[in-house]
Amino acid sequence: MISEQAKQRMRDLASRYPVARSAVMPALYIAQQEEGYITQEALQAIAEAIGMTVDDVESVATFYTMYYQQPPGKKVIKVCTSISCYLRGCDKLVEHLEQRLGIKRSETTPDGNYTLMTTECLASCGTAPVLQVNNQFVEKVTLEMADTLVDEWDHELKTKLDLSC
Amino acid sequence: MPELIVTKDIDAPGLDTLEGYRQHGGYEALAKALQSQPDDLVEMIKKSGLRGRGGAGFPTGMKWSFLAKNDKTRYLCCNADESEPGTFKDRMLMEKNPHQLVEGVIITSYACRVSVAFIYVRGELALAGDQVERAVAEAYAAGYIGKNILGSGYNLDVIVHRGAGAYICGEESALMESLEGRRGYPRLKPPFPAAIGLYGGPTVINNAETLSTIPAIVKNGADWYASFGTEKSKGTRVFCLSGHVKKPGNYELPLGTPLRTLIYDEQYGGGILDDKQLKAIIPGGSSTFILGADKIDTPLDFEAIAAAGSMLGSGGVIVMNEDTCIVDAVLRMTEFYRDESCGKCTPCREGTYWLTEILHRIEHGDGRERDIDLLLDICDNISGKSFCPLGDAATSSITSSIKLFREEYEHHITHNRCMVGSRQFDVKPEVEAHSLQVGAR
Repeated sequence: MISEQAKQRMRDLASRYPVARSAVMPALYIAQQEEGYITQEALQAIAEAIGMTVDDVESVATFYTMYYQQPPGKKVIKVCTSISCYLRGCDKLVEHLEQRLGIKRSETTPDGNYTLMTTECLASCGTAPVLQVNNQFVEKVTLEMADTLVDEWDHELKTKLDLSC
Repeated sequence: MPELIVTKDIDAPGLDTLEGYRQHGGYEALAKALQSQPDDLVEMIKKSGLRGRGGAGFPTGMKWSFLAKNDKTRYLCCNADESEPGTFKDRMLMEKNPHQLVEGVIITSYACRVSVAFIYVRGELALAGDQVERAVAEAYAAGYIGKNILGSGYNLDVIVHRGAGAYICGEESALMESLEGRRGYPRLKPPFPAAIGLYGGPTVINNAETLSTIPAIVKNGADWYASFGTEKSKGTRVFCLSGHVKKPGNYELPLGTPLRTLIYDEQYGGGILDDKQLKAIIPGGSSTFILGADKIDTPLDFEAIAAAGSMLGSGGVIVMNEDTCIVDAVLRMTEFYRDESCGKCTPCREGTYWLTEILHRIEHGDGRERDIDLLLDICDNISGKSFCPLGDAATSSITSSIKLFREEYEHHITHNRCMVGSRQFDVKPEVEAHSLQVGAR
C-alpha cells in the first residue's frame, strides 16, 4: 500500500523541481521505503502523482540498480568487488559470506532474512575490502569480522521476530 | 607536511555542523563573495588556475565563462556521483565537511548568476547524502540559501538529488538526463551544457572537490592558491591511494608531488604492502592507462602524468604489487565497464561484453593465440565511437597492460596458467559454451 502521506510527498516533490518529472527518482525511493521494492501499485501511484505514464516510470525504475524489482531480504549485504577491493581480498569475503549464509551472490535466503549482492566500487577503496548492509558501510572487513556481523544480525533478526510474536 | 586546503581541519570535531564550520571560518568566503561582482569572481577562479577535479581537468573559471549569455534560466549541477573505481575523496568531503561543499555551491551559483543549483549525490553514499541534505537545510535556516542571501538581494534555491545506482550518471550529460527524470543515457555533444544543458538552460557542472575548493580561493585569493602546485597544474589535490600499500587513504598534496612520495613516504602510503616489489600503478582511477613501476618518479600533475602515458583523472591512485596477475586485474576492471555500460551505443554495449568474455577465457586457461590481437581490435572499435567516454575508459587498462605486460597474456595462453601465481585451471570455465561466436561476429 502506498500511503496517502507518501503520495502527498511525491506531489510536493513534483512541485519543488523546475519540471515535475525530475521528481521520479526521489518518488521511487519513497515508494520503495513504503513497500520494500517497486511494486505495480507504486508505479501507478508515482505516475499519477507526477503526471507520467506508468511505462515511463517503469523505464526509469528499471535503469537504476538501487530500485529493487523484487522483495529483498531484511538485510541487504552488498560486497564491493571492484579493483581496489579485489586487490585487498574481497573475493574471499564474498565466498565466505556465500558459505556462511548458504546462498550464492544475487540470492536471498529462503527465510527472507538476507540478500547477498556484489556491487561496483563503493568509494571506500582506502578501507578495502568493504561492504554495505542496508546502505551502512562496514570497512576493512576481515573474515572474522564478517562472522561476527552475521552473528549480530542473526541475533537482531531473531529478537525482532520474538517481539512480533 | 604541506599546507592543506580542501581537507584543512577535516578531522576537527563538529566540523560537519553549521556551528563547527563557522568556528573554522566557514561562510566568511560567501560574505566576501557577495560583496564582489559575479564576473570578478569568474576572473579570480580563472587566475587561480583551478582545474576540474572530476577527471577531465578542464579549467574551472574558463568553464564558468563559457556559459551562454541569453535570457534562459541558468543552472548549476554539482557532480557528487563519485563512482570511479579507486576514488573516494568526494565521499569523505561530503561526510566530514558538507558545509564547505555547500558554500562552494552558493558562491559558484552567485558567480555564474544561477538561481537553482542541484547537488547530485551518488545513491550508494547514503551518509554523504544525509550530511549534504542536513547542511543545505541548516544553510537555508541561517539565510545562506534562499531569498536575499545575507542582504545582498541574491536569491538561490539548492536541491539535493540522489542517484540510484548508475556509474554513467557521473558523465555530465547523463547526469542531466537523470536529473530530468529519465534513464541516464548520455547526450550527443555539442551542444555542450554551457550552451544547452539542464532543462535547456545554460548549465555549469562541477565536481564536488572542485566546488569544495572555491571557498578557500575566494577567502585567500587567486595568487595564494596559484602559489601551490606547478606552473600549469595549480593548487593541491586529494589523492585517493588504494591497493597494495601499507597506508591507503586520502592524502591532499600539492600537484607535482612525485608518485614516489605518495606511495613510499611514511606520512602517506608508507611503501608497498608486505615490502613487496611495485609492479604497476593506475594514476587516476580505473579509466586511466596503467603505468609501469619505472614511472614511480613521475610528478602527479596533469602534464607529467600525460607525458608518462596516462591521465591524472579522478586522482584515484591504485597500486599493484608483484603478486598481482595483470590479466585478472584487468578482467576485474573490464567487468565493471560491461556492467555499467548504459547500453545506448552499440560499440560500448557489445564491445565491453566481448572484452570481458575474452579476458575471462584467457584468465581461466582457455585463451587462444589470436585473442590478444582480438582484444586490441575490439578496443579500437570502441574508442571514440560512442556518445560518451565510458567505452574509451573500458579500453585503457587493456591496451596499456598489453603494451606493458604482453608476456603475461601470452603466458596465460600458452601455459594455461598465470605467470605470477601458482594458479592452475583444472575446471573448464563456463565461458566455453558461449564464447565460440567471438570470431564470427
